[in-house]
Amino acid sequence: MKPVYWLLASLALVIAPHLAHLPLWVGPLCLGLGAWRVAAERGRVALPGKPLLIALTAACTALILAEFHTLFGRDAGVTLLVVMISLKLMEMKTRRDILITVFLAYFLVAAGFLYSQAIPMVLYLLLAVWTITTTMIAYGDTASGLATRARMKLGAVLLLQAMPLMLVLFVLFPRVSPLWSLPQDAHAGVSGLSDSMSPGTISQLIQSEAVAFRVNFSSPLPPAQTRYWRGPVLWDYDGRTWSTRTPSPESASLPLLRGGATTYVLTLEPHHQRWLFALDLPATLPPDSRAAGDMQILAREPVERRLRYQLTSYIDYRLGAELVPSARQRALTLPANLNPRTHALAGRWRSDEGSDPAVVARALAHFREQNFVYTLSPPRLGTQAVDSFLFETKRGFCEHYAGAFVTLMRAAGIPARVVTGYQGGSLNPLGDYLVVRQSDAHAWAEVWLAERGWVRVDPTAAVSPDRVEQGIAAALPAAELPLALARLDIAWLQRMQQTWDLVNSQWDLWVLGYGEDRQRSLLARIHASLATWAGMAVALAALLLAGLAGVALYLLWQAAKNRADPAQAAYARFCRRLARLGIARLPHEGPLDFSRRAGQARPALATRISHITQLYLDLRYRRNPPPLRALRQAVRRFRP
Amino acid sequence: MLRPALSRPGRLLKHPAGKDSFLARLLHPSPDTAPVTLTQRRIFILPTRAGLGFALLLLLMLLGSINYGNSMGFVLTFLLASLAVVSILHTWRNLARLIVSAGSSEAVFAGQDARFRVCLDNADDYARLAIGLRTGKAVGEVVNLAPHASGCLAFAVPAPVRGRLRAPGFSLVTSFPLGLFRAWSPLDLDLHCLVYPHPAPASLPLPETAAHPGDGRPRGEGHEDFAGLRSWHPGESLRQVAWKAVAREQGMLAKQFMGGSQADTLLDWDALSDPNPESRLSRLARWVLDAESAGRRYGLRLPGVSIAADRGQAHCHRCLEALALYRP
Repeated sequence: MKPVYWLLASLALVIAPHLAHLPLWVGPLCLGLGAWRVAAERGRVALPGKPLLIALTAACTALILAEFHTLFGRDAGVTLLVVMISLKLMEMKTRRDILITVFLAYFLVAAGFLYSQAIPMVLYLLLAVWTITTTMIAYGDTASGLATRARMKLGAVLLLQAMPLMLVLFVLFPRVSPLWSLPQDAHAGVSGLSDSMSPGTISQLIQSEAVAFRVNFSSPLPPAQTRYWRGPVLWDYDGRTWSTRTPSPESASLPLLRGGATTYVLTLEPHHQRWLFALDLPATLPPDSRAAGDMQILAREPVERRLRYQLTSYIDYRLGAELVPSARQRALTLPANLNPRTHALAGRWRSDEGSDPAVVARALAHFREQNFVYTLSPPRLGTQAVDSFLFETKRGFCEHYAGAFVTLMRAAGIPARVVTGYQGGSLNPLGDYLVVRQSDAHAWAEVWLAERGWVRVDPTAAVSPDRVEQGIAAALPAAELPLALARLDIAWLQRMQQTWDLVNSQWDLWVLGYGEDRQRSLLARIHASLATWAGMAVALAALLLAGLAGVALYLLWQAAKNRADPAQAAYARFCRRLARLGIARLPHEGPLDFSRRAGQARPALATRISHITQLYLDLRYRRNPPPLRALRQAVRRFRP
Repeated sequence: MLRPALSRPGRLLKHPAGKDSFLARLLHPSPDTAPVTLTQRRIFILPTRAGLGFALLLLLMLLGSINYGNSMGFVLTFLLASLAVVSILHTWRNLARLIVSAGSSEAVFAGQDARFRVCLDNADDYARLAIGLRTGKAVGEVVNLAPHASGCLAFAVPAPVRGRLRAPGFSLVTSFPLGLFRAWSPLDLDLHCLVYPHPAPASLPLPETAAHPGDGRPRGEGHEDFAGLRSWHPGESLRQVAWKAVAREQGMLAKQFMGGSQADTLLDWDALSDPNPESRLSRLARWVLDAESAGRRYGLRLPGVSIAADRGQAHCHRCLEALALYRP
């Protein structure tokens, strides 16, 4: 195969995964330019001239600018790179052009990792690296000495031989924090909870099977219906969206924790927001974080990389025994002139029931008894969103129930707020850890009751108890389940999925999560002095040198092996001794001829000379040769 | 790291003062008496320009990986860096333990290019690919060697003056497999090429001196043993021209006669009056060629050298060699 086809194949491989996140016109452009190059290679068409190329380049740059308003950053940069490589195909003539293209192909592989570092993607891009390496070999094989398969084999051999060294570098190369701040879009396109909630936000998130976090419990696993993972707490409602526009009010009192503690390590996937998740209610805080008055945990920086922290939580707790007036005010505010029927209903309950808890119970009973349906695809709501949900559609997802419930409570004069987060999670028995996915996203309510403080109330549980006890997949009718949540009834399939998640969690933990902290802690476990810059540098240098010395020794040993045939060495020694007597073996002289000539020159030695020669010849040519020892001994004793 | 600590002393100390010094002979006898095995000490290895570009690429990728905190970015960067390091060994191995010997080279006339041949023997179990020969800056021929196979590389050097031309030093180079590193081995093999004097352009007719005046055979040209036609050279007698062939538009051909009774021609240094010895040698070279192509028997006499009359390729070569190596 001509090297240029290797190059085209490599480019196709590295560009393909990028097309998904590039502007639509890039794919056809690349394909067209690639086809043009192939046609030109076959002599069907000529390559475009300089003017056309310059025009194309300018047009593409303008299109990219129009799309992204910049040429830098991840997406615009990758688009520019892909377009320029494709255009480079049109004027690739010299060796230098080819090399630049090959190097850019490697660079695109690295750019691919910015979008996905999942195992299948890594395997795919490794294949691409193999192809690019083979391309380099094809160009290096200037006299065409290798067949296509031999080139591929050599590429694989080189990559495999590079692996051990790569591992050493990966483990020991000192990791540092980013050198400068990243462009805005560095981590775009990651799903997760947002800081606001409107109808549809959570039911959207439910569709994603992506892992939100994993939890290793060191104490017994709490039951499913108590596993509420607290996230953003939302105080303000504008008639459609729940959010926290100004910082949440401070709490007047510390939470009171009761019962047994639950200790666990939580590994949070990066979600690019500041909040951290914890089992309700955390007694400790992760490093570099603080708790707001509503017990929402906020990290100092947005979570841009996988974060692992240990926490202790108490399932039984009392939160906010005292409520400051400003907080009470905020927890009672509703948009004016909206949802009159809701206000009327809440007012009726208020006058019917004597106490706040009774109003809460009345509301939950209302959800239970009035044929409310828990569904992923609720009908659209009008401007009076809560009214139309409560009195007309009666079909909704957890955000509808939590939002309507809090509205009802506030209308009835009970301070209430929305809490979003995750609920439940599935246990992976293979790794004995809990996986909480985006599909476990949930929203519930907290009401403030005198003497009891903030109490969690989950109206969804009133409508669909299965949701909190068995998880989302059990709570929804099978026909409504998104593909990602399709129930896995087949045991081996379930087991495979669990295994795959275990592999992924280890991959995330040890490969993708191998950063500054993990490196230091791993190296410190081996030896304390390794966990310093100097230690790493010394270890790295020592291992690299040892590796190279090993390879050099191997090569030298191979050389020695080629040289030293012991029988020949002994015979050569014998010849040297004769040469000292003035009887040198001539280059063309066979051992027998030499023996005859030497015998004639020194008749006294003739028998011994012919004896040694015979031993040597037998060693070399006889089917069952005499022991090497005999020849060596005879030579050693031959001291004329 | 694979570069020998001491650069080849033979090259450094080759200048007259150091040529026969003890150190020079101890460390590296020069010139090499073929065959030469390319040992570690003889092979140098450095990155090519592409290799430097690759290093820049790796640096950019490392910076990107650090900034994006991208683990697989690190993996790729380190994998490619390791790949480059591994390729050093492969490039080195491509040249190491190659056995190089001098090949034959054919004599040329001054003013032509001398072609030297270098033979390579691969005594190992692996193939060696894309091994080139470099003189000056340019890499000339490239050869592949299968396991336990041999091959040859040739290079041309201008030969402006007569004599024995010693081939200049050259290098065997390879940057296989990835082109990121170039391994080379400077060699100074004992390669020689005989350079005949440049034949004088304008032809004077051959001198008609009998080498052996008393050989008893009648002088003159025999017309009885016509042997065929050959090309006619300026300076030959017009009587030899095959006019019938000219008429047939076959060009100027000369009739050739076997066993004819042509007189032996003596090409004598002293018969020439040109004061410049080189011009005389050129003239004699031209005559040797003319006499040979005319099918005559001719002898050569130089001060201190005398070659009896004969003809044929070997004789022609012997005469030209004498002219090439003549020291006035």
